[in-house]
Amino acid sequence: MTPLLGIVTLAGALAAMALRNLVHCALALAVALGGLAGLYLQLGAQFVGFAQVLVYIGAVAIVIVFAILLTRGGQAPGQRVFSSTWPVGVGVALAVFGVLSGIILSSRALPALTPPEPAATTARIGDQLMTRCILPLEVLGLLLTAALIGAVIIAMRERADR
Amino acid sequence: MDQVFVALKQWLVEQAPAPWQPAVSSLISAAAVIGAFATLFALTTLLERKGLARMQNRYGPNRVGPFGVLQPLADGVKALTKEDLVPRGADRGVHFLAPLVLVVPVFLALAVVPMGRNMAAVDLDAGVLFFFAVGAATELSVFMAGWSSRNKYSLLGAMRAIGQMISYEVPLILSAVTVIMAAGSLSTVKIVAAQAGYSGGWPHWFVLTPWGLAGFVLFLIAALAECNRSPFDLPEGESEIIAGYYVEYSGFKFALFFLGEYIGMFAVSGLAITLFLGGWQAPFSCLAWLPSWAWFFAKLLALIGLFIWVRGTLPRLRMDQLMNFAWKFMLPMALVNILAAGLWRFVTPAPVRWLVCSLLVAGAYLGLGQALFERRKLAKRTYGYG
Repeated sequence: MTPLLGIVTLAGALAAMALRNLVHCALALAVALGGLAGLYLQLGAQFVGFAQVLVYIGAVAIVIVFAILLTRGGQAPGQRVFSSTWPVGVGVALAVFGVLSGIILSSRALPALTPPEPAATTARIGDQLMTRCILPLEVLGLLLTAALIGAVIIAMRERADR
Repeated sequence: MDQVFVALKQWLVEQAPAPWQPAVSSLISAAAVIGAFATLFALTTLLERKGLARMQNRYGPNRVGPFGVLQPLADGVKALTKEDLVPRGADRGVHFLAPLVLVVPVFLALAVVPMGRNMAAVDLDAGVLFFFAVGAATELSVFMAGWSSRNKYSLLGAMRAIGQMISYEVPLILSAVTVIMAAGSLSTVKIVAAQAGYSGGWPHWFVLTPWGLAGFVLFLIAALAECNRSPFDLPEGESEIIAGYYVEYSGFKFALFFLGEYIGMFAVSGLAITLFLGGWQAPFSCLAWLPSWAWFFAKLLALIGLFIWVRGTLPRLRMDQLMNFAWKFMLPMALVNILAAGLWRFVTPAPVRWLVCSLLVAGAYLGLGQALFERRKLAKRTYGYG
């Protein structure tokens, strides 16, 4: 099951990058995000998996789609999707991946840090959010509220100018 | 009698060879959910057409079978044999996928709704979260349908639908939060268990508390909007944008959309029953001898009847009224309701907490209503030429 989900995620991500129609790209991105949610569920992280679907497919994908429709109408771009120097980019990406994975695999700290069995149930995440992590949670809430109010103010000023 | 379906499933699973039993068990649950609710869908279309006809002082379907009871069958045959039209300019792939992306999540959502004692298809720790997560995927389907048809009306309808669904999802989830706080669990089975028992003949349903009643009403209104049902059926507004995002769908694809809408309605009603109306529990202890699944479906049919009644009674809202209502009334009300639910937990003597919570909820309701209608001049309007 995990390889299948990995293939779906990767194919979605590739399609999101390579397709010419922007709306198709957004839908492919939604597929990739869904595949990621499936991977989380496969790993036993129920809360993260459901939150991934709720936030990324339910909200972020919709916002992206709205942004595309409100700006350029989803027309295909005139120029090529890939830049002409894409082999260089692939080379750099492979080199970075190789270096990082080499360092991680050769690290001596890795086997020592293997946790026994992460039991991150939804109830435990909720408990931690409400007790130990209450301050970060509140700060995040405040930040998001401020962003929301800012967005509303920007939208309102536009209307007053017209 | 209560456990007849559970026993039947148990027996069927035991017929299978041991290594296949988990798979067979899931398959039977899925088949039962799909079969039961597809049948209920057929029944509900008939009920709705008959009920609306009665409210509009006409007969409704009465040609197929006695009193028109075979009408759903005729509708099904019609949907199957109709030509499947796809516009030339449409995006074929997305146009084809949109109904599937709607129908699959709504059936998945039904999986966590307990339909009787031991009769939830899956009991997830985060059941309510799962329900809202798969519900969020339906918005994408609406967009896919509206965009891929390459039709102005479709796109307008989809935009309206998405705006509406996103706006009403907030009060929907916030009104469900109160129950999660009270029950202390996201699992639908545990939420039903938390409402078990009777005191003085009355059940311990959450709807029978001040915050539960307010939450239930908020949840129902938001659910109506999430299902795009009247009076929130602007996305389909047939007098303005023909039929919104499914103008360009015909034949079986249209039937799938229709099915998806109704199953979505059953799912969200089922969740409302689970959260506020005590799930499959009997309303009075003397009626507990009736099987639990009968109670669940009785409550479901009652809620569907309410939805049909509302559809036959209320006119459609305007877009600005819809958004104002969601953000200026429903959202603050839901937040105050969460506060009331929290107080309910910590204020100790029962009469005091009844008073405090009732005052809080009623005060918020009256205050918000006053604030919203303060500058509004309501007078008789006359329309005419000249």
